[in-house]
Amino acid sequence: MGRTISEKILARASGLEEAEAGEIVKARVDVALIPDLTAILSFKAMRETGIDKVWDPERVFLFLDHVAPASSIRAAAIHKEVRRIAQEQGIRNLYDVDAGVCHQVLAEEGHVRPGMVVVGADSHTCTHGALGAFATGLGSTDIGVVLATGKTWLRVPETIRINVEGDFPSMVTPKDLILKIIGELGVEGASYKAVEYSGGTIRRLGVSGRMTICNMTVEMGGKTGIVEPDAETAKYLNERELETLGWIKSDPDAEYERIYSFEVDELEPQVSCPDEVDNVKPIGEVEGTPIDQVFIGSCTNGRIEDLEAAASILRGRRVKRGVRLIVVPASREVYRKALRAGILEALAEAGALICNPSCGPCFGGHIGILADGEVGLATSNRNFKGRQGSPEARVYLASPYVAAASALKGAITDPREVQEA
Amino acid sequence: MIIAGRAWRFGDDVNTDLILPGRYLELTDPEEMARHAMEGVLPSFSERVKPGDIIVAGRNFGCGSSREHAPLALKHAGVGAIVAESFARIFYRNCINIGLPALQCHRISSEVMDGDDLEIDLNRGTLKNLRTGVRLQFTPLPNFIVKIITEGGLTWYLRMHMEEWIDEEI
Repeated sequence: MGRTISEKILARASGLEEAEAGEIVKARVDVALIPDLTAILSFKAMRETGIDKVWDPERVFLFLDHVAPASSIRAAAIHKEVRRIAQEQGIRNLYDVDAGVCHQVLAEEGHVRPGMVVVGADSHTCTHGALGAFATGLGSTDIGVVLATGKTWLRVPETIRINVEGDFPSMVTPKDLILKIIGELGVEGASYKAVEYSGGTIRRLGVSGRMTICNMTVEMGGKTGIVEPDAETAKYLNERELETLGWIKSDPDAEYERIYSFEVDELEPQVSCPDEVDNVKPIGEVEGTPIDQVFIGSCTNGRIEDLEAAASILRGRRVKRGVRLIVVPASREVYRKALRAGILEALAEAGALICNPSCGPCFGGHIGILADGEVGLATSNRNFKGRQGSPEARVYLASPYVAAASALKGAITDPREVQEA
Repeated sequence: MIIAGRAWRFGDDVNTDLILPGRYLELTDPEEMARHAMEGVLPSFSERVKPGDIIVAGRNFGCGSSREHAPLALKHAGVGAIVAESFARIFYRNCINIGLPALQCHRISSEVMDGDDLEIDLNRGTLKNLRTGVRLQFTPLPNFIVKIITEGGLTWYLRMHMEEWIDEEI
């Protein structure tokens, strides 16, 4: 019987001929990703197992990204300690406060390759399924055990397949698609499952858009989001076609728990409304809602394509007086590209605050915390009560086009009604 | 292992930002985290909860972030167990890993009211509501999971069983 890409990757990592959904395997880990705020607990857990050295310093990647540069004495102390740990453990891959969001940097630096098992002490680790890896978020204790032994136990997940066909209309993006999918399946709709995205639309999509989609798979409870590696993956990794022959893909007769079909030809911009990510509405139903702050950034939508989308709306215009537009490129690489392409200039001229790469206000850590009663619109991934500051604030999630158009008008705005500059 | 305490009832989709808001992620001492447990839903929780008390919730408890700060805050606030109709997966693993029983019980929401006294027998897989006398069965945990919990969490368990973990294939 055929196997899914997830079953095949986990079988190989566990030294098994085959692995079937439901089976529990002990998998070797190729990449362990650890951001600043979960690092201390992770290394503490490693030492509690009785082991003092990481199993393979070349496979451990540390990021000072959630509050970068440090916004408090506590954060500074955490960063100092992580730097010390990196030195003590011989971990070369410490990405300091100048690098950017862990998921963007890890992918961009070429550390993720198809067929790998990637685990991270961050729930959005599922982003890396965009490169054909089995990637999942774990807590600090699980990561501590990986640091000690290089292994973790995983239940091989059943797979939900989502076929997407059609071409995106103008100003409708992968973000609108994944919001639509989460709205239909619900916050628990893919709980414990792998979600495999396929179909013509996904095949034509670059890795950036695939990352946006895989990234938010955890918002419907998924263990991983994954896309079979193909020519787009090779392009992103600068691989010659020859080297792609051994890449793991799903068998044509693989067994799926459920299969859904989505069409994007008629898809409209989507908005996720407070306080649950699956509270998704087409933009027409929320248009005109006044907003105080717009955040463009995060591992979901802080890439060059996202900043360019925002700039295409805002170039030569001004953000509405009284609205704060906060732009946080996802990495230094994104920042430099956007700088050279004149994107940052266009955004700054329009009134945006351009901040250094970091997780920004996504999780309510720093750079643009919301006050009681304020309304934010963000291109990030969660709108839980209290997520971006006060529990009395409200957050809407949308694409960079919607974010830019809304900053322009001071209220949630359909970008198709704001002619491109 | 018997866990007995008062039930604290919560609804569906209680996420990690409600259990421990992001602004407390810079904390590294679990006792400090405990002072903010459930702050997003019930700010007085950490002051009122007693050792051994039991959180009773609906579906998808713990959805959201992988922050282990969330179950650590609950454990160190005194929570003896969490019983929910279902759990989000990372949170569930985190609970087991730190030795906090997370128990799945489909009928729990309809059988327990806030403030009920409950008694859980972890090994037998049963929960008794002392007010109503109703006894419920929860999905029993495999032996090695019960061991992880009773030995204080995965790291302490591995200290005892590290060779098996490294050498043996499951």
